[in-house]
Amino acid sequence: MKIKAVASKIGPVVIVVAAIVALWYVGAVIMNTPWQKDMYQRAKVEWTTSQLIRDTLAQKRPVLPAPHQVLEEIYKTTVLKKITSKRSLIYHAWVTLSSTMLGFIIGTILGIVLAIGIVHNRALDKSLMPWVVSSQTIPILAIAPMIIVVLNAVGIQGLLPKAFISTYLSFFPVTVGMVKGLRSPELSHLDLMRTYSASQWQVLWKLRWPSSVPYLFTSMKIAIAAALVGAIVGELPTGAVEGLGARLLAGSYYGQTIQIWSALFMAAFMAGSLVALVGFANTYVLKRMGMAT
Amino acid sequence: MSKFQKILSNLGLAGVFLAILFPGNDMFLQRGSVDWMVLVSGVILMMVGFAIVKSPAGKFLTLWLPGIVSFYAVTIILAELDKSTDFRSGFWLLLLGAWLLGWLFVERLSAIADTPDIVSLVRNIAIPVIFGLWLLLGWEVVVRGFDVPQVLLPPPSMIAARFAASTSILWADFKQTFLQAVLIGYFLGCGSGFLIAIVIDRSPFLRRGLLPIGNLVSALPIIGVAPIMVMWFGFDWQSKAAVVVVMTFFPMLVNTLAGLSAASNMQLDLMKTYGANYRQTLFKLRLPEALPFIFNALKINSTLALIGAIVAEFFGTPIVGMGFRISTEVGRMNVDMVWAEIAVAAVAGSAFYGVIALIERRLTFWHPSLRA
Repeated sequence: MKIKAVASKIGPVVIVVAAIVALWYVGAVIMNTPWQKDMYQRAKVEWTTSQLIRDTLAQKRPVLPAPHQVLEEIYKTTVLKKITSKRSLIYHAWVTLSSTMLGFIIGTILGIVLAIGIVHNRALDKSLMPWVVSSQTIPILAIAPMIIVVLNAVGIQGLLPKAFISTYLSFFPVTVGMVKGLRSPELSHLDLMRTYSASQWQVLWKLRWPSSVPYLFTSMKIAIAAALVGAIVGELPTGAVEGLGARLLAGSYYGQTIQIWSALFMAAFMAGSLVALVGFANTYVLKRMGMAT
Repeated sequence: MSKFQKILSNLGLAGVFLAILFPGNDMFLQRGSVDWMVLVSGVILMMVGFAIVKSPAGKFLTLWLPGIVSFYAVTIILAELDKSTDFRSGFWLLLLGAWLLGWLFVERLSAIADTPDIVSLVRNIAIPVIFGLWLLLGWEVVVRGFDVPQVLLPPPSMIAARFAASTSILWADFKQTFLQAVLIGYFLGCGSGFLIAIVIDRSPFLRRGLLPIGNLVSALPIIGVAPIMVMWFGFDWQSKAAVVVVMTFFPMLVNTLAGLSAASNMQLDLMKTYGANYRQTLFKLRLPEALPFIFNALKINSTLALIGAIVAEFFGTPIVGMGFRISTEVGRMNVDMVWAEIAVAAVAGSAFYGVIALIERRLTFWHPSLRA
C-alpha cells in the first residue's frame, strides 16, 4: 500500500523529467544543427542524418549542450579535479555557499529582530513596515555591483560584500513571516498570559516565539533560496574571480556554454539541497515541539 | 503618554535646549535671531503642553508641537549644511533633538486609534512618509557632516541634482529596460504560465508530475540563465525579455495551479447540481477563487521581472538600459548617476507593484484579508 502511494507520487514526476530530458535532446539537435551544417559545408563533407545527430551532441561550444555533456563536465570538474584547484567546481561552489550561509544567517537574525520590534511597537509597525515591504520592490540586485565595487574601493573585500547582498534579500521574507508568526497566538492564549501577569518578555519567549516557529521555517526556505541568488549575482562584478557567478560570467565571456550550464546545474543542486535541509530541520524541530501534523 | 514617549520627549527637549544654550559657534542659532526665538518658544510651549498633557489643549500641543519644532529644526540644519563646513556641538545637539522629537511625533501619531475614515488613511500614509523623510535627512546630514567620500555614498541632494540633470538618459534607459524588456517579458511569462496551468489542470497526471518540478524550479537561481539567453537572443531587449519570461513563468504556474484547487468540494458540488459544464465552472467559480493566488504570483513576479531584466543587462547590452548604465557608471565611479538610476528603478518597481495591488483590491474585494 505504502509502496503504491510512493509510486503514484514519484511516477508522474519521473515520467515528466524523462520527457523534459527527451525534449532537451531534440532541442539540442535542432539548435546545434545550423552551425554543424555550416561546418560540413566548409569541410565539404557528405553527411548523413545519424552522423549529424551524433555531431550536434558532441560540439565543443554548442548553442545548447546536451544533458550528458553537462553531466560529463560536472563529473570532470568535481570528481577528477582537486578540490583546492581553481578549476574545480566544488571550490567555486564552496565560495558561493559560504557567502550564502553568512548572508542567510545575518539576514535571518536581522529579520527576527525587526519582526520582534514591529510586533511590540506600534510606531515601528506603522513607520517601518511599509518601508520593509517597499524595500523589496527596489531591485536591490541592481545595486549589487555598486556595493561590491564601492566596498572594494574602501578596502572591504571577499565574503562580506557578497554576504551583505544575501542578507538584504533574505531578511525580508523572515521579517514578514515572523511578524505574521509572532501575531499568530490566539487572543485567548494572550489573555491567559495576562491573567498570569506575564511580562512582555515572558509572553514573547513562552507564547509568541514557540507559535511562530512554523512561520520561521517557511520563511527561511524562501530566504535561503534568495540568499543564494544574492551571492551568485554578487560574484558577477568582481571580474569573474571565484564562485558560481564568476563561472557564469567567465563562461559567457568565452562562449563556454557547457561551463555555464554546469555552473547552473551546480547552483540548482545547491538551492535544492539547501531548501531541503531547511525542510528537514523544520520537520525535526516541529516533531520535537510536538507540533508536527 | 507611555513611559517610552516620556523618555523620548525628555531627551528630545534636552537636545534642543542644550543646542540653544551651547551652540558652539557664534554664527549658529544667534541669540535673538528668528530661528532662536522660534526654537525657544517651541520648547517653552512644549513644556507647558507636557505639564497639562491630560487636558485637550495639552494633548493637542504635545502631538503637533514635536512635529513642528522637529521640522523647523530640520530647516535650520539644512541651511547650516549649505552655509558652513564647520559643525560644532550645537549642530549635532540640534540634530539629535530634532530626530528624537520627530520620533516622538511619529510615536504619538501612531498611538491614535484607527478609524475607518479619510483622516486615518492620510495618517497611515503620512507616518511612513515622515519616517522616510527622516531617513533621507539623516543620510544627507551624516554624509555631509562627516565628509563621507562621495564614491562611498553620495548625499541625496546630489543624487536629486544628477537626476534632474540627466532625465533624457534616464528616460531612454527606462524605455529600453522597463517598457520593453520588463513589460513584454512579464506579460508573456505570466500569460503563458497562466494558460499552461489551466491546460495542466485538466490532467491529474501532469499536475502530479509538474507541480513538484515547478516548485523546485521556483526556488532555483533562475537568474543564472541570463548569459544563455543573451547568447541565444542577442544583445537587445529580446534576450532580457526572455530572461523575464523564464523567471516569471514558474511562480505563475505553481500559484495558478494551487489557486485552481482552492475551490471547496461543496462549491464544486453546487456547480454540479446547477448542471454547469467545465467552462462555466472554470469561469464562474474556480478562476475567481484562484484570483488571490494569481495576484500573489503577479506581485512576486513584478519585482522578479525588474531584477531579471536589470541583471541580464550585466551580461551584454546595446549602450542603453538601466543595468548597462549601472554597471558602466560604477566602473567610472559616477556613483550619483548609479543612485539616480536606482531611484528610477525603485519608483518604477513600487509603482508597478502598487498598480497590481490596486487591481487586486478591485477584483478580490470579497476576500477575507481585504474585508476586515
